[in-house]
Amino acid sequence: MKIGESIHQALKNIVSSKMRAFLTMLGIIIGIAAVMVIVGFGNGMENYMKDQFESMGTNTLTVTINGRGSSRSVSEDDMYQIVEDNSEYLDKISPTVSVSSTVKIDTETLDSTSVTGVNEEYFSIKDYGISDGRALQYLDMVNRQRVCVVGAYIAQEYYADDAVGQKIRIGGNKFTIIGVLNQQVDEMEEGSTDDMILLPYTTAARVLSAGTISNYTIMLTSEDFETDGKAAIEDALYSIFESEDAYRITSMSEMLEMMTSMTNIIIAIMTAIAGISLLVGGIGIMNIMLVSVTERTREIGIRKALGAKERFIMTQFVIESAVISAMGGLIGIAAGYGISAIATQVVGAVLDVSMTIVPSAASVVIAFGISVAIGILFGYLPAKKASRLNPIDALRYE
Amino acid sequence: MTSIISFHSVSKHYQMGDTLVKAADDISMEIQPGEFVAIVGRSGSGKSTCMNIIGCLDVPTIGEYLLNGENVGTLNKNQLAEIRNRMLGFIFQQYNLLPKLTVLENVEVPLMYAGLSKAERRQKAMEALEMVELSDKLINMPNQLSGGQQQRVSIARALAGNPAIILADEPTGALDSKTSRDVLGLLQELQKSGHTVVLITHDNSIAVTAERIIRLEDGCVVYDGLSDAPEAVVISQSIMEGGTQS
Repeated sequence: MKIGESIHQALKNIVSSKMRAFLTMLGIIIGIAAVMVIVGFGNGMENYMKDQFESMGTNTLTVTINGRGSSRSVSEDDMYQIVEDNSEYLDKISPTVSVSSTVKIDTETLDSTSVTGVNEEYFSIKDYGISDGRALQYLDMVNRQRVCVVGAYIAQEYYADDAVGQKIRIGGNKFTIIGVLNQQVDEMEEGSTDDMILLPYTTAARVLSAGTISNYTIMLTSEDFETDGKAAIEDALYSIFESEDAYRITSMSEMLEMMTSMTNIIIAIMTAIAGISLLVGGIGIMNIMLVSVTERTREIGIRKALGAKERFIMTQFVIESAVISAMGGLIGIAAGYGISAIATQVVGAVLDVSMTIVPSAASVVIAFGISVAIGILFGYLPAKKASRLNPIDALRYE
Repeated sequence: MTSIISFHSVSKHYQMGDTLVKAADDISMEIQPGEFVAIVGRSGSGKSTCMNIIGCLDVPTIGEYLLNGENVGTLNKNQLAEIRNRMLGFIFQQYNLLPKLTVLENVEVPLMYAGLSKAERRQKAMEALEMVELSDKLINMPNQLSGGQQQRVSIARALAGNPAIILADEPTGALDSKTSRDVLGLLQELQKSGHTVVLITHDNSIAVTAERIIRLEDGCVVYDGLSDAPEAVVISQSIMEGGTQS
């Protein structure tokens, strides 16, 4: 008896009890669809994060100086020197001074706005363009000018796109807006990259008493030099501090890797939970196959009397269970695609995030393979039972 | 000529609780190729046990059963299945057709287990159905046919693989007298075309269709001879009367 004929017979049996077959498949359908959507969600999240990090620049390193007592320290000039010495790998550097002073426009306080002191290089490091006015310049640093560049959100929200020349109060000091940044993200809102104020780091450090300059963003000459660039900075800083604890160098790709491995863990856990549904589905198949063996005891007896070997009966039932499971798998795959498409829309609408949830081709193939395997695995026991039936008893069965 | 069916002191014992049931007790008989034999007996006489052993569905506890010279008792389950497929055609009282298959597919089942190709199967099944005059019902489902027609399908299924022995277990039990005669006529035809036919029944009027009667009582052979001999019926009736009296 050929496999093709067994499958044909199995399909006939399934078609003759559609409702039961469908309910039996349901566990597999839900399990496969869930696994596919979750894997798709993971892929979408990873891609989304990659995009986000790339927009921040994967070719940058962040250096944080913790210092070591008061005896040893690194000035911004030392840092500039390190970059200059390693111009083969390191291109540009900007101090980043976080300012926590309150920002006020007239009487309104801006809570979510991030205020950072940077130098004139920061704009090209971050690839920030200017839509109005000018960017910060070297002289602004030297003279500790009380000027600032604001993000597109602030310009639009508070100045109706006419921000240049206006005043803004940061920590009680009046600053003049000299430029407006290009819009960075699609949807401008509070707390986004567009809700930002950049001012000279010298001003930030002295006038706003933001403390010592301890953070730097460094641009590499090329992404490929990440390791070399990092090593060069490490060498230089170690020779000053003679301790590895005094500084920390982080690359964007490292952070991306960290985030990715974290999401991967979450996805793996969720997949395992969805996998339980597959297990339950498999048990459902086993249950219904056992019922089916009992119902078809007489048929098995007849077939045995007509010369069916145990192997034939066994194959017939295993294939039937595999076909049910595989059909469930196919429906689950279709459902997985459908739900992924809907989820993409929902995530886009609800979270304002353009994340595409697409199940990978590999997950489709694996899902189908798993569903067939479940059918064979959980069909084995009932099939064994069927093949072992004594033909005399089976023929007598009513 | 060697016997096609040969029982040497065959016994079949079952343990039912504390009692040992001797379903067949020291039965010896020889059936030659081409014979039409009826095995007759009341329920509990051991005729079903005999049929199961002849049909290779069961093996004797004691004694030997030689089918065409081969000792069936030494064969494993797969070999028994193969012998059933190759040597035996079953006809049952309840027809035992597979309800989800068409008439043609039902007749093809034993041929499929014999490993024939689809085309060969189709051809042999059609020939068999032609013989029982059901060529016009090929794609009908069994439940669309009358009892007599269903039994003819099962006869077609039994003879499709051209087995040496046709084993009919109460083939007319569920049929009216006219269709019963048709079915018995078919069995006689099968004998004429060279098959060995073994008919198992409790009914003397059916048994006389055969040339030879083997009568069983309490697991033992009480008569083995021609069906038209007066003892074939007389002995049985005296025993039946004796049985009812005790």
